Amino acid sequence: MATMNILVAVCLVYVTFLFAVAFAAERAARGGRGGWLRSPMVYTLSLSIYCTAWTFYGAVGYAARSGMEYLTIYIGPTLVMIGWWWGLRKLVRIGRTQRVTSIADLISSRYGKSNLLAVGVTVLAVIGTTPYIALQLQSVTLSFSVFADAADSSGALADMDSTALLVAMGLTLFTILFGTRNLDVNERHHGVVIAIAVEAIVKLFALLAVGGFVVWGLGGGVGEMMARIDASELGHWQMRGDRWASLIFLSAAAFLCLPRMFQVMVVENDDEGHLRTASWAFPAYLMVMSLFVVPIAVMGLDLLPDGANPDLFVLTLPLEMGKEGLAMLSFIGGFSSATSMVIVAALALSTMVSNHIVMPIWLSLTGSGAMVSGDVRNVVIMARRFSIAGVVILGYLYFRFSGGGAALAAIGLVSFAGVAQFLPVLLGGVFWRGATRVGAFTGLSVGFVVWVYSLLLPSFGADVILSTQILEEGLFGLSWLRPQALFGIEGLDPLVHAILWSISLNGLSFVLASMVGFPTPLERLQGAQFVNVYEHSTTPQSWSGNAAQSEDLMIMSQRILGAQEAQALFEREARRQGVSGYLPDTSPDFLLALERALSGSVGTATAHAMIGQIVGGASVSVEDLLAVADETAQMMEYSSRLEAKSEEQARTARQLRQANEKLQQISVQKDAFLSQVSHELRTPMTSIRAFSEILRDSERLSEDEQVKYASIIHDEALRLTRLLDDLLDLSVLENGQVNLNIQQGQLSRILDHAIASALTGNGQEGIRIERDTAQEAVVLHTDLDRLSQVFINLIANARKYCDAQAPELNIRVELREDAILIDFVDNGSGISKNDQEVIFEKFARVGAMRAGGAGLGLAICREIMARLGGSVSYLPGQGGAAFRVVLPSS
Amino acid sequence: MSEGRSPLFLERQGYRGRRLVDFLRILPLIGGFLWAVPLLWRTGEDSSVTTSEAILYIFGVWVFMVLISAVVAFFLRRSGLNVERKDG
Repeated sequence: MATMNILVAVCLVYVTFLFAVAFAAERAARGGRGGWLRSPMVYTLSLSIYCTAWTFYGAVGYAARSGMEYLTIYIGPTLVMIGWWWGLRKLVRIGRTQRVTSIADLISSRYGKSNLLAVGVTVLAVIGTTPYIALQLQSVTLSFSVFADAADSSGALADMDSTALLVAMGLTLFTILFGTRNLDVNERHHGVVIAIAVEAIVKLFALLAVGGFVVWGLGGGVGEMMARIDASELGHWQMRGDRWASLIFLSAAAFLCLPRMFQVMVVENDDEGHLRTASWAFPAYLMVMSLFVVPIAVMGLDLLPDGANPDLFVLTLPLEMGKEGLAMLSFIGGFSSATSMVIVAALALSTMVSNHIVMPIWLSLTGSGAMVSGDVRNVVIMARRFSIAGVVILGYLYFRFSGGGAALAAIGLVSFAGVAQFLPVLLGGVFWRGATRVGAFTGLSVGFVVWVYSLLLPSFGADVILSTQILEEGLFGLSWLRPQALFGIEGLDPLVHAILWSISLNGLSFVLASMVGFPTPLERLQGAQFVNVYEHSTTPQSWSGNAAQSEDLMIMSQRILGAQEAQALFEREARRQGVSGYLPDTSPDFLLALERALSGSVGTATAHAMIGQIVGGASVSVEDLLAVADETAQMMEYSSRLEAKSEEQARTARQLRQANEKLQQISVQKDAFLSQVSHELRTPMTSIRAFSEILRDSERLSEDEQVKYASIIHDEALRLTRLLDDLLDLSVLENGQVNLNIQQGQLSRILDHAIASALTGNGQEGIRIERDTAQEAVVLHTDLDRLSQVFINLIANARKYCDAQAPELNIRVELREDAILIDFVDNGSGISKNDQEVIFEKFARVGAMRAGGAGLGLAICREIMARLGGSVSYLPGQGGAAFRVVLPSS
Repeated sequence: MSEGRSPLFLERQGYRGRRLVDFLRILPLIGGFLWAVPLLWRTGEDSSVTTSEAILYIFGVWVFMVLISAVVAFFLRRSGLNVERKDG
């Protein structure tokens, strides 16, 4: 009983330790101190999720049953890693340039961004992975039960289903906490990766400790151990050649196609150079992992009573020998192999499920698609969280209803054969430009059906799903349709038989259907992009649309990427185009960059569809088709030079056009202003003249009348003075003759003051002001009076021009590393795009000016902010008029 | 003829790098071949190969492959050949 309690305690401590490690890694990464998190060694260790509990416990059992065959499972991946220059390098490159989020995303993206294909791959991946997750839960549960038996307690934790449930819940929590923290999958999951790297070390150390104990502690050294092996029932080389070869092939294929391997190998890869280290370090890891398997198996068969489960030798052997500490270590090793696999598998599958199934359904259910209101980010993150829980629960249910036991132990290879069905489509897509979507779909379907019929269903045993009759006589009594002897070829090992037929029929139908059909332009473009990824790592120009409204795109991307990132992206793109402000032209380049950024969050197919909804129309231009048709080197080079030139010209033209438009508008404004100013000057002048004449000429004025006329003259003179003050202020600012009065002060105090001065003094309808006082607690070191003047102006503008029923002004403060952002956002109808360009010019007035004023306020603001080293600009896409004041942080 | 084409001869450094990559390419073939050798052994009770010999052979190949890959990776890094270079 005491052992049991210690075991639970050790488990909890270990899990807490993992949480702490993941948390620390996330913090370090966010603080920019995450360089070491991305070393080649961490990458190599993270690949070790290939070694699950099936490896940790199952390899020994496998060796005890079938001798050296277990080695095939590790030789396959070793060959793939050693041959990294052929395949992995290309996959990683494609993954990085195309911002691929999962294997489903890669396949759908290659075949014309087809979501149907992505759904198919996702479903297949879920079906293939669920039994595997169940296997992990089973192994943890079994290892618990070993300790429970040893402690001879039937009380606590006797119910193994509840153990599995607890483990499943814990893993779900961990994955949700560290896997869905940031939305952009390309930002990668530092916490998760570091945690699985630590687990890799733990399980290696545990297995080596048990192995060392067995060889030197029990076996009496290497030489004696070898003699003992030869004397045992495993003593002679016995191997079915067909299984040896096809299992090496199968494990190599699965290594490339398993969703969790793809996640750590391609999606989480930070640097192609890491492959260089992993190419030898990972095979070394695999070798060491499998080194002590045979000795442990032989010793277990020797020393443990007959009928002991060989799958648990790693645990029961030390326990039997009274080494409880070692058994505990071994338990932790198995526990960490199981948990790391479940975490990454759940993460990879949830990305696929939410991007390719949940998001498209959600988008089509909400009708207008990308343009609906609400934050899509929350939907995506929620979808991921529910998918993670769903995937783990599915594994748990499978574990419950399959009843555990031997049926599960064999499922590892069945699962491998399932995901290996991706191989022809994956390799074909990466190396053969002729591969088409129809071909991919046909190949996958054929392979899937053959796999289910000849391997998955028979694996449950006769009469569970397939009746004995079908197994022996074939479907519909057709003997060539016997599940384990297709086309009348008998005598093959069932697994070899299933691999042979499923992969070959899959590949053949994929190639034939690809040759018969004709790909769409988008497929051909993507095909060229993938196959020739080293030639043009640049982008395909797949968008041609000028109908798109940048502002609509911005509204959409803000909801997916978050306001800050979207604004930064748009600003960067605008600057690249040579346009000022936040709204770049909707050039193909820009749309493509935007699509890439979005696809990191919601997957290629969804991102493509969302932009398609806004931009509308075809996405392939004539030039693109020409680019596909013309492939000679000279043509490409010539056209790229032309392109660069014409791009430059286009950019210059754009700038010129913008400047010209601005000049024209300014000139019109200036004229308008001059007449306005003369009008403004003349009206008060006229009344001053008229009333002063009355005062001078009329003798019979009463006292009251005199006061009244004099105060009219006074008011009008004040109005004139104000106008002249503004003009003077502006010209002083513009000439740079202004002296700044630098002081220290609290931002919230300045805002209080500004709001008070802007809103008092007139009885007009009020405006509600929303503030976040917590954020405003910043000390500024600047000219507080001038800054306050800017704030007053912006607030007064909102009060004057906000046309909402219940006007509201939201003042948001945000602290960046190098700047303080203060946004003033009202809920009115905003400012039209044309007006946005001129509001900061002198004398600019938007629309029909109801509220008077000379149109100098914003121009003065802009000059003041420039003097203070910051800026003030219009922020589009916020639902109302929005101004952003940027102050350098002192 | 065209200026865009790569030069006919490479300087020594680049040449070495390329041959290294050629070697890297045939490495998995060598490994596959060496690990296919057990297919030739007789199996069962009358097998002349004992399990300990099989272990020595298979793990020997493994150590060899790891060492060779490590050496190639080391020289590849030193040759300065960019992993991201334009070469399919």
